[in-house]
Amino acid sequence: MSSSPPPRDAGQWAKPVDHLNVEAAPDGAVNLNVQGRQTMSPLQGFGQLWQKTYQIGLRGASVSPADVITVWKTRFPDFQPPENRFFPSVAGVKPGEVVLINAMTPGGMVSTGVRVMFSDDESFTLMTPQGHPEAGWITFSAFERDGMTVAQVQSLARANDPMYEIAFRVIGAKIQERIWHHVLTALAAHYQVREQVTMNKQCVDPRVQWSQVGNLRHNAQIHTLIYTVTKPLRRLARRTTW
Amino acid sequence: MTQAKLTLNVRPVTPPVSIIDIIGEVTGAADKALTDAYDHAKTAKVIILNFSGLEYMNSSGIGLLVTLLIRAQRQGQKLMAFGLTEHYREIFELTRLNEAIRLFATEADALAAA
Repeated sequence: MSSSPPPRDAGQWAKPVDHLNVEAAPDGAVNLNVQGRQTMSPLQGFGQLWQKTYQIGLRGASVSPADVITVWKTRFPDFQPPENRFFPSVAGVKPGEVVLINAMTPGGMVSTGVRVMFSDDESFTLMTPQGHPEAGWITFSAFERDGMTVAQVQSLARANDPMYEIAFRVIGAKIQERIWHHVLTALAAHYQVREQVTMNKQCVDPRVQWSQVGNLRHNAQIHTLIYTVTKPLRRLARRTTW
Repeated sequence: MTQAKLTLNVRPVTPPVSIIDIIGEVTGAADKALTDAYDHAKTAKVIILNFSGLEYMNSSGIGLLVTLLIRAQRQGQKLMAFGLTEHYREIFELTRLNEAIRLFATEADALAAA
């Protein structure tokens, strides 16, 4: 065994777990499709692999990258569009914590979540679980460029299953781009900055991975639909057993 | 963006095998250095990453490894790695990169499997 000191990034990474565990769902959150699921990487999804980078310059704002990330972590749900409800745990955006997501999509409500994979002073990264529309990671960061702080969202992900891949190609990708434009615009507005969001996208792997077609069984959209449709039946069953 | 604090040495071991020694920090700033190193090793059938000198890695850095892996897979190349400390092995497990990149304890082990 080596006696060398732990590396600088030691406390910044989540620990690997076999399955996700949601200790307690925050008030108002539907805790569905996260408990017991495995986390995914861009390698285990089905669809084409895309890297999308969105940036906004906080021109005129006297704020450091670390300050931006502190605000972003603390007020993460506030910068989302209203149809995208994020529920961080009590501990907040810290390595290993789970953030539940209840989102309204053209396909209906979807309950899912993400796990905080990495977090330091100038960035944090979320990883998706099985069943989430995407398999991969999304990194929120801030850095200085030409004397100005720039806030950035960068995703490296592919659709988790064939159904999501079709949805992304038809409309999902546009919706997703709108979400991250909204988030960056809202973050900039927090600093009284009005700037345009720039986006750069690159198809890292144009192939689909048929070996991952089985991911369909975890599809959170389908599971949420079934959960919603059968809710009255479950209520009825509870009443009759009382 | 910050400057890359990274040195990469490409060592052709045998015609089909090249080793890339990674010394320093793997962050988003390492993009160009990693691409250049991969281009130097491009003709190899097996590329082995030596992480013995890895001092720091963040999530942007692991993202670069994913894109490197995809590039290698598309060229029909195998990617292997050795020299990861327990901490970085855990990160490979967390990010499930260990399912796509075979990990070895030593250079000799990696070369024997190449």
